[in-house]
Amino acid sequence: MSENLLEIKDLYVNAEEKEILKGINLKINKGEIHVIMGPNGSGKSTTANAILNNPEYKKEKGKIIFGDEDITNLKTDEIARKGIFMSFQLPEEIPGVSVTNFLKYAKNKSTGKPVKIFEFREELKKYMEELNMNSKNMERSLNVGFSGGEKKKNEILQLLVLNPKLAILDETDSGLDVDAIKTVSKGIEMFKNDENGVLIITHNTKILSSLKADYVHVLVDGRIVKTGTQELAKEIEENGYSQYK
Amino acid sequence: MSKSNIEEINRNIYDIKNKDEYDFKIKKGLTPEIIKEISKQKNDPEWMKEFRLKALDVYNKLELPTWGPDLSELNMDDIATYVKPKTGLSNSWEDVPEDIKDTFDKLGIPEAEKTSLAGVGAQYDSEVVYHSMKEELIKQGVIYTDMETAVREYPDLVKEHFMKCVPVNDHKFVALHGAVWSGGSFVYVPKGVKVDIPLQSYFRLNSPESGQFEHTLIIVDEGASLHFIEGCSAPKYNKVNLHAGCVELYVKDNAYLRYSTIENWSKNMLNLNTKKAIVGKNAKMDWVSGSFGSKISMLYPMSILNGENSKTEFTGISFAGKGQNLDNGFKVVHNAPNTSSLVNAKSISKNGGTCTYRSLVRVNENAKNSKCSVSCESLMLDDISKSDTIPTSDIRTDEIEFSHEAKIGKISDKTIFYLMSRGISEEDAKAMIVRGFAYPISKELPVEYAVEMNNLINLELEGAIG
Repeated sequence: MSENLLEIKDLYVNAEEKEILKGINLKINKGEIHVIMGPNGSGKSTTANAILNNPEYKKEKGKIIFGDEDITNLKTDEIARKGIFMSFQLPEEIPGVSVTNFLKYAKNKSTGKPVKIFEFREELKKYMEELNMNSKNMERSLNVGFSGGEKKKNEILQLLVLNPKLAILDETDSGLDVDAIKTVSKGIEMFKNDENGVLIITHNTKILSSLKADYVHVLVDGRIVKTGTQELAKEIEENGYSQYK
Repeated sequence: MSKSNIEEINRNIYDIKNKDEYDFKIKKGLTPEIIKEISKQKNDPEWMKEFRLKALDVYNKLELPTWGPDLSELNMDDIATYVKPKTGLSNSWEDVPEDIKDTFDKLGIPEAEKTSLAGVGAQYDSEVVYHSMKEELIKQGVIYTDMETAVREYPDLVKEHFMKCVPVNDHKFVALHGAVWSGGSFVYVPKGVKVDIPLQSYFRLNSPESGQFEHTLIIVDEGASLHFIEGCSAPKYNKVNLHAGCVELYVKDNAYLRYSTIENWSKNMLNLNTKKAIVGKNAKMDWVSGSFGSKISMLYPMSILNGENSKTEFTGISFAGKGQNLDNGFKVVHNAPNTSSLVNAKSISKNGGTCTYRSLVRVNENAKNSKCSVSCESLMLDDISKSDTIPTSDIRTDEIEFSHEAKIGKISDKTIFYLMSRGISEEDAKAMIVRGFAYPISKELPVEYAVEMNNLINLELEGAIG
């Protein structure tokens, strides 16, 4: 089994007829935390959506390899079942479907195994406690009437329950206060082990104060212009992106 | 994203067709001779025979409705109004003929009776073939029987209420119903008696090119309470079938009635059913309604809030697929002070199906301090389906609270992507969204009906794949 988790090769992606990604290359190995930083409109979210093959984003060129498999053109649900999870910047609201039922269903679909209800509920309760979530939320409709922070925590809850091989966190830290960011970081630490990987997409560095990244990539105008360590994030915090434009 | 192909598929159990075997089938068409023949077959007392003949006169005088779905394909001369199955009325499933019992078995009726019902009636074509009720209810004076038996055995109760709530001149199909009605249920709950477990009737139309005209008459006397459940289905034939039932509900002072129904007729059925409730002082009438099958449905249950402080709630859902035009809604008349009505209607349309919510709210001058709140929400699953809301309100006093909210929506690609990113297939994602949309209604249904409704939704949404 290779150490390679995800490899993006020379990826070009259009959204709404406009070229957004202009040749991205990225390699994530097991046990690594990667961060993609960049100004608004640089193509950060497009990268996340392209990995999950969101039909609204059109791949013009390039390949995405997951493990040993080419997943470039697989359907989103197939990619998810291979073990890639994405935490959404704006999670969708699903009226009439409770958090519990949704997660039970999703877990059943992603593992292909029946979910034992009692154990599952206990697991869910445990994670919710760790994430400082109100356990009453279990019975509420998914994301309906949730505050911004509750929605983000709910994404991390899903991450923990579905336990994928690769977690992509798209702007999960944005709009959160310091405490919520700490909780989210804690969730990521709970998830993280030597066998899986994390790709954090963000436009600020707040989350890096409580989480250690192995690699930081700077994405500007659809290209990765620089790759470094956590030091790079600090430098950007001080100087901004202007030097890369 | 490639649009997933959601095709009509077999309705499996609902479409089991039994051989069209019957004891007696009336000639097609309608004449006084035919009405007399039905009356004779049914052993009607004289007053009922006269009633039927008068209703036929009214039927001949009234015109088809000039609004709503087009009914021109309906030729009454082609519809046989009375089909008597080859069996009598029984109170033991053992005595019901095998093929008929088999149909009800597959629909899960005897099983539900064992587990969660206080009484069951089952109608096959025009006649009730099975009826039974728990002993303790009989002791408390609860009457639950087929309508013919009620006409014979409880003439005073029947005469006082039969087609008084829904008069024969209400519209053409009510007049038709008055002339040819057959089968149905009669329930009387005496003063102060609370029936804790639901009673259920199931109507099954098997014979092709025939009509089902069952009459349901429920009287919940002062301070009493009841939950009544009705289910309906029919297999699909190529010829048009007609269902023009009539439901009359009397909820007397301080009484409570909950009336739940799933109408899952075959997709060639014209469902022109009339349902009305008269609600007394401090009484409450709750409707829970699911409308799935039928080619055309015109179904507008109505509550008449005649007593002070009376209340009504309507919770309903319609689901129209290809070739279906479901014109459903709710009517309420506030006719006393401090009355309240709450409407929560939903509809789903797909594959070119049409759902219309048509409603009437009337608040009379005397209905001061009343409240009426209407919310209707439609979900369209593709670009070729239709959805419409046609509310009418006639409000004759200023001293009321009235609100009407209508929403029409589609499933967004973003939502589907979100669910798919959790490993859920596109089809399952759509079904999940639709089930969630329907949940506020399905949670109000008896559990086996909620399961049936979810199965129907899944069935309707299953693709051509696999």
